[in-house]
Amino acid sequence: MKKFNRVFSAAMAFALSATMLAGCGDTAPASTEGAAETAADAQTDAQASSEAAPAASGATFKFGAIGPLTGAAAAYGNAVVNGAQIAVDEINAAGGIGGYQIEYKGEDDELNAEKSVNAYNTLKDWGMQILIGSTTSACSIAVSENTKADNMFQITPSGSAEDCVKYDNVFRVCFSDPNQGIASAQYINDHNLATKVGIIYDNSDVYSSGIYQKFVEESEGKNYEIVSAEAYTQDNNTDFSVQLQKAKDAGADLVFLPIYYSDASLILTQANTMGYAPTFFGVDGMDGILSVENFDTSLAEGLMLLTPFAADATDDLTVNFVKQYNDKYSETPNQFAADAYDAVYIVKTAMESAGVTPDMSISDMCEALKTAMTQIEATGLTSAKMTWEATGEPNKEPKAVVIKDGAYVSAE
Amino acid sequence: MNKQTKNNLITYGIVIAFYIIFEILILTGHLSSHMKGLLVPMTYYAVIAVALNLCVGILGELSIGHCGFMCIGAFASAFFSKVTEESLPTAPRFILAFIIGIAFAALFGFLIGIPVLRLKGDYLAIVTLAFGEIIKNVINAFYIGIDSNGLHFSMKSSMELGMEKDGNIIVNGAMGITGTPHNSSFTIGIIVLLIALFVVQNLIASRDGRAIMAIRDNYIAAEACGVNVTSYKMMAFTISAAIAGAAGVLFSHNITTLTASSQYFGYNASIMILVYVVLGGIGNIRGSVIAACILYLLPELLRGFSTYRMLIYSIVLIVMMIINWSPKVIEWRKRTFGRFSFKKAGAKEAV
Repeated sequence: MKKFNRVFSAAMAFALSATMLAGCGDTAPASTEGAAETAADAQTDAQASSEAAPAASGATFKFGAIGPLTGAAAAYGNAVVNGAQIAVDEINAAGGIGGYQIEYKGEDDELNAEKSVNAYNTLKDWGMQILIGSTTSACSIAVSENTKADNMFQITPSGSAEDCVKYDNVFRVCFSDPNQGIASAQYINDHNLATKVGIIYDNSDVYSSGIYQKFVEESEGKNYEIVSAEAYTQDNNTDFSVQLQKAKDAGADLVFLPIYYSDASLILTQANTMGYAPTFFGVDGMDGILSVENFDTSLAEGLMLLTPFAADATDDLTVNFVKQYNDKYSETPNQFAADAYDAVYIVKTAMESAGVTPDMSISDMCEALKTAMTQIEATGLTSAKMTWEATGEPNKEPKAVVIKDGAYVSAE
Repeated sequence: MNKQTKNNLITYGIVIAFYIIFEILILTGHLSSHMKGLLVPMTYYAVIAVALNLCVGILGELSIGHCGFMCIGAFASAFFSKVTEESLPTAPRFILAFIIGIAFAALFGFLIGIPVLRLKGDYLAIVTLAFGEIIKNVINAFYIGIDSNGLHFSMKSSMELGMEKDGNIIVNGAMGITGTPHNSSFTIGIIVLLIALFVVQNLIASRDGRAIMAIRDNYIAAEACGVNVTSYKMMAFTISAAIAGAAGVLFSHNITTLTASSQYFGYNASIMILVYVVLGGIGNIRGSVIAACILYLLPELLRGFSTYRMLIYSIVLIVMMIINWSPKVIEWRKRTFGRFSFKKAGAKEAV
């Protein structure tokens, strides 16, 4: 038996090393194939691997999007990739940008910053010129390090952490976390919504704790006081009775929920079970709560949220977008989809204003767009008027909506 | 030259050959940027697979919390690099970061080893799993900032730090550390991998290594022979944790956002490393390196299949396990392909 083991392990070591060689053999053609494809697409001799190579692609612009298409956050990534797809289809049908069609491709990052960089590199090999992404903050920050090095124009639809737009080549569509926290605090103050505020937030989530921190800072000297601030993590997001009980005991008449809607739906259900009925106030992650399966939407009655997008709005742009999205993906789009849709149109506006053409190098295109972004004024689903600072932050008005009779209505 | 030395040299040879091939491909511009981006992660997953193989294969104790040590190494070194980014030049800073990351991981390996190594088998596995989770969750609760008054520390929120205006928050709870300098490179990764291999392979060949393996093979007999079981177990476990810490240093200096979240340091990640070790062969150091590289590459190379790649990846894993380890399949392979050709055929199928 011992001897067999030895022979066997030697055989396996050999087999595995051979596997590696075979693996390498597979890899090399695969990557050169990729390079060949890109080169063929680009109709130049440029190697995909040489970073400064002009990504000239004949007659098309190449847009790439990155988001988690699989795993727990798949809803967000799919929304972004699909939302951008709709915008690209519309633009192409209408004649493209300055007469050039757009080619578009989405890649999966599994909500993992490491994979997000891999996805970025894959798209770069494909010949991407503009990046719509990444969907989530941490991934977006990691990727921005690479887009900065390549000087590629990046616009993140929904990366809301402050550091996402640290570099001058990165812009964003959504509000930053701090802005949401500040806007929420001001809104509650200005509308005299509460005297005592409880907070339940997810301290394992960048988005949630980012908003929470700014909200608390901004709450200093406002006409309400924060009486409880309870955290939970993604590992224990099923039972919120402790957090709710603390808020209830502290006498909070408004509970601020800077979290995503799936957790919020459980909080609302559990608050109802224990007979606690404060005003619940959420931010843009709350959008989508009415579409949670098996959730009694009557519990969300009176829920307020600050969101840039409500799928039930009646303006033509939203109605059209929601219809198209529904037809194509049989889902009601959420704000991630709307942000991505806007992102594509924003890039289009900036491209037209800067007069870029597909044969420009990635770096030249980025420089032209960087200047154009500070000059344009865009209209979209998430705001009627958006302008950008050179820092990459958008200027737009937050909208508050309240849920009445199972639908979002403006709170004003 | 005895058989073992020869065997070790083959392992170094494979790693160096691998390095030279890819360097040539990079220099001649034949490597896509996707592949270039995968090289550094490949090296650090190979390093942690070697570390875990020392624990699982040589010491014979199943640890499913090894990513916790990687997490400690990553955070300790990233913290150091962030604090001294302006005051120290890159090369000595990165070397110091390595020393600090490794030292912290080893320290925690030692501390955790004290209670954990009293247990055996399944119990030990479960406790290591719990420690891995604890490390991750505790780091998630840390808020550390630095300003003109020195370091500030809090477990509650960044507001509790009471920082001056010029302050800089370094570890921001769940947001972790952002903006770690991007220092890891393929060359450094390969050097670390070679050092890790050197340490582990020499340990195995040494007197201490034989004692450790004696404990694995028969605990009672080893103890009866006068082997100090506790100290040898501690030694192997601490070295294993230290090497995992080195992988963590490479990790944190490769991507700029470091968060202690489950996709990098949770038990799923630890089990993924365990899969590398099991597939490469428990106790087979070279096998772990090769398996880690292949299994890290596989889902990335399957990107063309978009969302189906997860399914294909799992099926490939099952098929590889069966082909490599099922006694019936091994028998069949031997019968069908004979002694020499079966190795090659087996290798091909394994792909």
